[in-house]
Amino acid sequence: MGNIVEIRDLAVAAKTDSGRVVDIIKGVDIEVAEGEVVALIGESGSGKTTIALTLLGYTRPGCRITRGKVLVAGRDMVAMSEAERQHVRGQQVAYVPQSAAAAFDPSQTIMEQVVEVSRIHQLMPPEDARRKAVDLFRALSLPNPETIGARYPHQVSGGQLQRLAAAMALIGDPEVMVFDEPTTALDVTTQIEVLRAFKSVIADRNMAGIYVSHDLAVVAQIADRIVVLKGGEVQEVAETEKIVHTPQHAYTKELIAAFHPVERAPADPRAMAQRNAILEVKNLSAGYGPTGSDSQPSFLALKDVTFRLAAGESLGIIGESGSGKSTLARVISGLLPQSSGSVTFEGRELAKSVSGRSREELRKMQIVFQLADTALNPNRPVRAILGRPLTFYHGVRGRQREAEVDRLLDMVRLPAALKHRLPSELSGGQKQRVNLARALAAKPELILCDEITSALDTVVAAAILKLLDELQRELGLSYMFISHDLSTVEAICDEVVVMYQGEKVEEMPTNRMKSGAEHPYSRLLISSVPQLDTNWLDRLEQDNELMQAVAGR
Amino acid sequence: MKALAASARRRTGFHINTVGTIGAAIVLFWIVIAICAPLLVPYPVGKIVDFDFFGPMSQKFWLGTDYLGRDILSRILMGARYTVGIAFAAVSLACFVGVALGMIAAVVGGFFDTALSRFLDALNAIPSLMFGLVVVAGVGSSIPVLIMTLALIYAPGSYRFARSLAANTNTMDFVTVARARGEGTVYIIREEILPNIIGPVLADFGLRFVFIVLLLSGLSFLGLGVQPPNADWGGLVRENLAGLPYGAPAVIFPSIAIASLTISVNMLIDNLPTRIRDRSA
Repeated sequence: MGNIVEIRDLAVAAKTDSGRVVDIIKGVDIEVAEGEVVALIGESGSGKTTIALTLLGYTRPGCRITRGKVLVAGRDMVAMSEAERQHVRGQQVAYVPQSAAAAFDPSQTIMEQVVEVSRIHQLMPPEDARRKAVDLFRALSLPNPETIGARYPHQVSGGQLQRLAAAMALIGDPEVMVFDEPTTALDVTTQIEVLRAFKSVIADRNMAGIYVSHDLAVVAQIADRIVVLKGGEVQEVAETEKIVHTPQHAYTKELIAAFHPVERAPADPRAMAQRNAILEVKNLSAGYGPTGSDSQPSFLALKDVTFRLAAGESLGIIGESGSGKSTLARVISGLLPQSSGSVTFEGRELAKSVSGRSREELRKMQIVFQLADTALNPNRPVRAILGRPLTFYHGVRGRQREAEVDRLLDMVRLPAALKHRLPSELSGGQKQRVNLARALAAKPELILCDEITSALDTVVAAAILKLLDELQRELGLSYMFISHDLSTVEAICDEVVVMYQGEKVEEMPTNRMKSGAEHPYSRLLISSVPQLDTNWLDRLEQDNELMQAVAGR
Repeated sequence: MKALAASARRRTGFHINTVGTIGAAIVLFWIVIAICAPLLVPYPVGKIVDFDFFGPMSQKFWLGTDYLGRDILSRILMGARYTVGIAFAAVSLACFVGVALGMIAAVVGGFFDTALSRFLDALNAIPSLMFGLVVVAGVGSSIPVLIMTLALIYAPGSYRFARSLAANTNTMDFVTVARARGEGTVYIIREEILPNIIGPVLADFGLRFVFIVLLLSGLSFLGLGVQPPNADWGGLVRENLAGLPYGAPAVIFPSIAIASLTISVNMLIDNLPTRIRDRSA
């Protein structure tokens, strides 16, 4: 079996904003045999997408291939003229982007866009292309394959759109498919259908593929071989089984280790019941839009939610997008007044909005947001960001404030020299630590963490979780931990609340999560989390009816 | 040489590029002229000193003479006072009011935002020259009235601009965090919103300055602006327009003066000094 793709000594250079040229890919060799799927895995900035794009002879603006060869079916994409490349794209190599929602034109029907490739390359008459597209829709197990093409992109769900993007790529019968994190933006339950569809299509057509992802568990389901990248260099190449079970390189080991969080020793439920509740939420409802005659807003994002969080414990809130988990955090912190129900903090009922709460009440409860990029004011240095809550809540100024800032940075394991930097001069993990330090500056009792590790790379996220755990022990903090990622919740929480469409469907201790979930939705959600096991997807059996119900919403 | 420049920079703590320096120099030059004009003029502004009109550049009249035979150099030097002074005062007032109200409206939102936005939109709908005409006819022309009128005409645009920028920043998580912390509106506006919109706001300031110079000359032409025998630069261009076919310096030099001022203001604002931040310290 020959190699359909051969990348030889590839180097790509990029020009930074200040005009400096940096090598982002430093001499990479990768080959893909016919009918083989090779995964490129690594953290952000490791160059995985850059390499994948060179297969199409494309580099992002500001980047340039400086040396090396990218042979696709024996022809060098680097040496080719732009016209020749255009001929190859879509016919021999096709691309499935990360965000299908952004890749579709909202003003054209799906069918028009799916058959566009065949029109551009004049592969077949339009009627044949349409017939072929319908066959592809069927192969990708899309609902209503005959009519789905007549819809507009906003009329189908995210998971369906991702499969339609694959159909668009497949219409020209490419020999190589490039998947660029196609399931990263999807919910776990949706991810499964998409992965299944991709896998069967690839197997049926015996195609070769490059699958870019940062999620090792996802890649383990679909790839034959895995290439581990870091800093633009190949760290390790091996069969999927080998990488998963016997990783050789230190970085691969770190990746695998980050995937197996240390399971948290569950808190004794009796002890928990005895402890005072730091936060009690009763029959909480909230929503958006104008208030109707029944004094409820027109769109209810949160319906009648009740739970209790004991002091010094961590509560996980899990659910998929649209489940109301972020709204819950906003209501508790007073940013969105509830329409009914109550929030009790340390035995006292809190006012509905921030303006009605005392400064002391505000101080004791802090919120940390998902995206540290937008949660830190880009124009203020770290020192001012951390100093403000110190002055605001504790009246600390001058040299004492500087000393406190140093102490806070030390607490989140950052060097004190960082305090003069602006957020844009920090890495993603550092930003999230500063974000956390700002909450700690208030000396809170409870921290509401809204998806704080979701935007981080696996290894970095694991470090943040470890830090949270240590801080809890040192300072006796309570956490309300919102996440869609069950493994992070597992690592840090004592109790878990499962949310679905604004309602709480189940509450259970974390250690019972895998075995003892009772509600069918919780079971579906928990079983949908990819496992680091190459056969997980094939073995997985799920309630199909429920799956359809969840996917069709 | 490089090390020397670097140490000089570290001392001042600010860094400005070449274009910005040129812009700053020209703006500064005109400001000095505006202040010292009475000491510099070779002839009284209103005095007819030449029998010829649209006279050429000569030893006696460096920049020629105007349509009545008055010295153009003197008129430009004195005109700087009106153009630079009135335009700066008006644009500062317009931008200050507009930006402050815009940020408040974006942060406070609700009824206040709606009411203010609609009111200023209505104000914006009145043609500017017409508005100036009515005001000056009603109140009479004086420099404070002129400044207030120009500021009033340009404040709504500045408000709209600042409000839309602030509304975008207002939805960012760091503003939400400040709100959850319990910060007041003033703090949020001053520390969280303003630093993040100041760049575009200053660029808008530069553009608005140019518009005000142009509108001021329009008003002067209608006899509503600076009163004769004084004239602002726009007024000088208008009154000497008849000299254009002869290539009279009387019309060219005021134009150059306007261009140099407006362009340099924009050059300066687009290349403001940036603070050197020593990351290793």
